[in-house]
Order: sequence, then structure tokens, then C-alpha cells
Amino acid sequence: MRRVRRWLPGLLLVSPSIVAIAVFVYGLLGWNFKVAMSDRHDEISEGSFVGLENFTGIWDQERWGISVRHAIVFTVVFVGGALVLGWFLAFLMEKGIRGEGGFRAIYLFPMAISFIATGVVWRWLMNSGTGEQAVGLNSLFSHLGLDFLQWQWFRDPDWGMAAMAVPAIWQMSGYVMALFLAGFRGVPDELRESARVDGCGEWQVYRYIVLPMLRPVTLSALIILGHISLKVFDLIVAVSGKQIITDVPAVFMWTAVFDSHDPAKGATIAAYIVLSVAVFVIPYLVWNARKGNRS
Amino acid sequence: MSVAQEAVRRADPVARAQRRAALARWVRPALLLVFVVVFLIPVYVLVVTSFKPLSEADPSQAWNLPKVWTTEAWSVAWEKLQPGIVNSVLLAVPGSVISAVLGSMNGYVLSKWRFPGADLVFTLFLFGMFIPYQGVMIPLVQLMVNLGDALGVQLYGGIPGLTLAHVVYGIPICTLIFRNYYVTIPDELVEASRVDGAGMLRTFRSIILPVSGPAFAVVVIWQFTSMWNDFLFAVFLTAPSSWPTTVMLNNIAGAQTVPYSQQMAAAILASIPTMVVYVLLGRFFMRGLMAGALKG
Repeated sequence: MRRVRRWLPGLLLVSPSIVAIAVFVYGLLGWNFKVAMSDRHDEISEGSFVGLENFTGIWDQERWGISVRHAIVFTVVFVGGALVLGWFLAFLMEKGIRGEGGFRAIYLFPMAISFIATGVVWRWLMNSGTGEQAVGLNSLFSHLGLDFLQWQWFRDPDWGMAAMAVPAIWQMSGYVMALFLAGFRGVPDELRESARVDGCGEWQVYRYIVLPMLRPVTLSALIILGHISLKVFDLIVAVSGKQIITDVPAVFMWTAVFDSHDPAKGATIAAYIVLSVAVFVIPYLVWNARKGNRS
Repeated sequence: MSVAQEAVRRADPVARAQRRAALARWVRPALLLVFVVVFLIPVYVLVVTSFKPLSEADPSQAWNLPKVWTTEAWSVAWEKLQPGIVNSVLLAVPGSVISAVLGSMNGYVLSKWRFPGADLVFTLFLFGMFIPYQGVMIPLVQLMVNLGDALGVQLYGGIPGLTLAHVVYGIPICTLIFRNYYVTIPDELVEASRVDGAGMLRTFRSIILPVSGPAFAVVVIWQFTSMWNDFLFAVFLTAPSSWPTTVMLNNIAGAQTVPYSQQMAAAILASIPTMVVYVLLGRFFMRGLMAGALKG
């Protein structure tokens, strides 16, 4: 009894949050799956259970296939691009450089701004006009004599989504840089020094000492970028609105709810977004918790 | 110097290392500067366009400086955006303070006044940090309507409902930041206070709170920024009269009739509060970012 009295106040203090998370996160996720497994295709009907019908049926819709393909292209380009650029910036700075604070501040500031605000200018910069009609970045390329770089950006029918990743990379690579920089700084100098004494060249030190120690940071960055990417919404809305040419699941869901007034369809898309994130976040959290317990 | 000597000098490992080091000293800052220019391109276009008169605010002149500088677009943009900015302040200021208070209590209990199953609770909280909010949005709208009816207040469509949503979904990250901060406070301090007969709240007030300043700064900044910049919750949960800045901005920018100079000025206006926070308190902003990634 005395032991219970010891921890009970703590539990009471946290209980509002526990209830809130239980209801708003887990309860609503479950509710969403329930709607997704019903035939509630308008806002009036109650809807009855139809199993996984919506989950399989949605693949027959051309728009769903397009938006999934777009999400994949976007994710690959965005995650890859932000990871490489962020790593490269950190690599350039890792040994300390004059004005480091200033560089960091400039690479990181896009993080503090909303995609909606930056979308305004990126939509302008990524104007699709080429040649005589070139404006925005395309005209900058032509001024610099790099005409071959001109393309239609997000209006390109095949690889438009790769262009959509450009503002996202701009926004997030500073963050990745900060992560990697912390990772680089976490490698003890003695370790590098002893490898050099053992006759390793700089490249070998990097390859065999530094890179392996960056693995946990890389994993964190991958998880964070990946989960931002799979649910990307604001950026797409700000740059191109609801156009099919840049459709992604989150935008499709939005139109399913507000334009087609089809909760079951919206919930199905939402469920797919959750699942796509959960398949890699859950193992990551479990792995992290185990690691935490061991240490 | 003869060719042979030159060859010897080239082969000399020390000299080679020195040349490399000298090269690296220049190449690195030069590359970094190139990236600075690239990163600032959108900012340049935003700023110069916002000061242009209507006749010059055209994509074909994106790279030119204004021939005539004017703040006309700024005043129109301010007029259009102002209700949204008021709403955003009403959302983000109380919201971030409530989040910090909740996070601080949770973090304290989960690190210093633990109950059986505290680790499980923490892990379940953490997953809440990673869920895509689309996954709860449709039932959330319903829940807000029902909850509002039950409580006799209007939650759906207004600022209070939006604040509630942000506070609840902010619990995981706020708890994480405070917990990781409190873990660094020695357990002995809390134990000593316990031995002296102080209860949980008393210990919290007299031992923990006085040293919590930095964690409060991190959490308030983090929550303020994410509430200010959020778009998804706002489009699902608010009616036009409660639209925050982002939704208003998106409508201004999406309208074909609004001149570009006004769109750009509005985009800058919408970003000023978070930019000010970032410039003044960047250190804390960074820590918040790191908390999301690096545990412990």
C-alpha cells in the first residue's frame, strides 16, 4: 500500500495525457480504420461493414495508381537528395570552419518557414516556360549558359514529382546537415588519430572509422525524412493545388473528403498513408526502445 | 628548379599533404558560399518582388531589382492577411504555453516519479509523434463536433478546437523533450526532497521547475513554430472566420487575381514571427529539432 501511494500521484498527474493520447491517437486511428472498412460513401449514411473492399477497390482507380507512383518518385528524390546534400554540407563543415554559425543559420532557416509560404515563391521559380518563354529558374539557367538544364519542372508529365522534391530538399537539407554535423562531432578525435598512426590515409579513416559511426544518425534522418515525405501535403497544395499532375495520396484524401464527400474513400487513403509510415517507424521505435533498455 | 627536383618535390608526401591542406582550406569555404547563394535565391526573389509596383511584378522580371521601390504591396497584403495573423496568435501563444506545461508534468513523472508501466506509456506516446495526422483527421472532425455538443461549446470550426488538437498531438514531442532534459537532473536531488517529506508537486515546484527554463524555451518555440506553420489541421478543423495565417495565405496565393507582389509580401509577412523566433532563439530551436531525432 505504501508503494502504491508512492507512485499513484505520478500516474494521476500524467493520466489526462494518457487519456488524451489513448482517445485522440489510438482511438481515432481505430475509428478511421472502421470508416475505411465501411460503405459510408456519403456524409449522411451510417455505413455498414464491408471488410477490405475499399482497400482493394481503390487500386482500380487510375488516380490512386498515379498518386502512389508520384509519392514514390517524390520520396526517392526528396529523401535521397536531402540526405546527400545534408551530408555533403556537414562534410564540408565538420572540421570547423570560420563563420560556421553563420553558415548553419542560413542552411537551417528554411526549416522555420511553412511550406505554404515557400510554395508561393517556388511555384514562381519553377515556371514551366522554356526557350523564348523562359522565366524563373529556367531563365536563370539561360543567363548562365546552362540552357540544357531548362525543363518543365513539376509540369513534366513523367518526372514532375522530382521537381516537386526540390523545394522540399531546400527546406530539409539544413536539418539533415545539423544531424550529420552532430554525428561527425561525436566521433572521438583519438579514434581518428590512432587510425592515422596505424597508417590509414584520410579517405580510409573516413571510410572505416567515421562512416560506420554515422549509421545511427543516417537512420534517424531516413526515418524523419521518410515520414515527412509519405504524408507530404502542404507543399503540393501550395505549389500546384489539386492538379492531377502532382497528385499524392494526402491531396487525394483531401479531395475525397471535401470535394467528393466520400468519408470511406478518404479514410481508406488515410489508412494507407498510416500503414506506409508504420511499417518502418514501428520497427525503428522498438529497436530504439531495446537499445535504450540495454544501455 | 629542375624537372627532377620538381618531380622530387611533387613526390614528397609532406609537401603533398600541405598542398592538399591549402586546397581544402579554400575549397570548403568556397563550396559552402556557393550553397549559401543557392539557398538564398528564393529569399531574394521574395523580397525584391514584394517591393515592386504592379507593372514590374512579373515572372519575366523575377531576377531584376525593382526599378521603383514601393511598399504598396505590403500594405495591401497586411490588410488581407491580418485576420489570419490574429487567429494564428490566438492559437499559437496559448497553445504553446499549455503544451509546455503538460509536457513538463509528463516529463517529470516519466523520469523522476515513475509508476509501473511508465516505459510502455512513454513508448506509446512516442508512436503518436510519428503518425501521419491524415490517419485521424476524418474521425477527429466528428469527435470535435460530438465533444463540442457534449460540452456545450463550439470546438469544430473555431480556434479552441484547433488549439485542442495541436496541444493533444503535441504531447508526445513535448513529453520527450522534457523527459530527456529531466533525466540529466541527478535522482539524488529528488530523493533528498522526498526524504525531507516533500510530496510530488512540492518537489516539482521547488526542485524541478527552477531549472526547467531551457526546456520550456525549447518546447514553447517548437510548438509555436509548428502551430504557426500548420496547414493540415487548419483546413480540416476551421471555418473561414477562424482561418489561421497559412490557410489565408494559401487562398491569397492561389487566387489568379492577386498580383504577385502582394503574394510575395504576404508570404514574407506570414513567416516573420517564426523567423524572428529563429533568429533570436535559434539555439533553442536547434535543440528542439535534435530532440526529434536523437534520443537520450
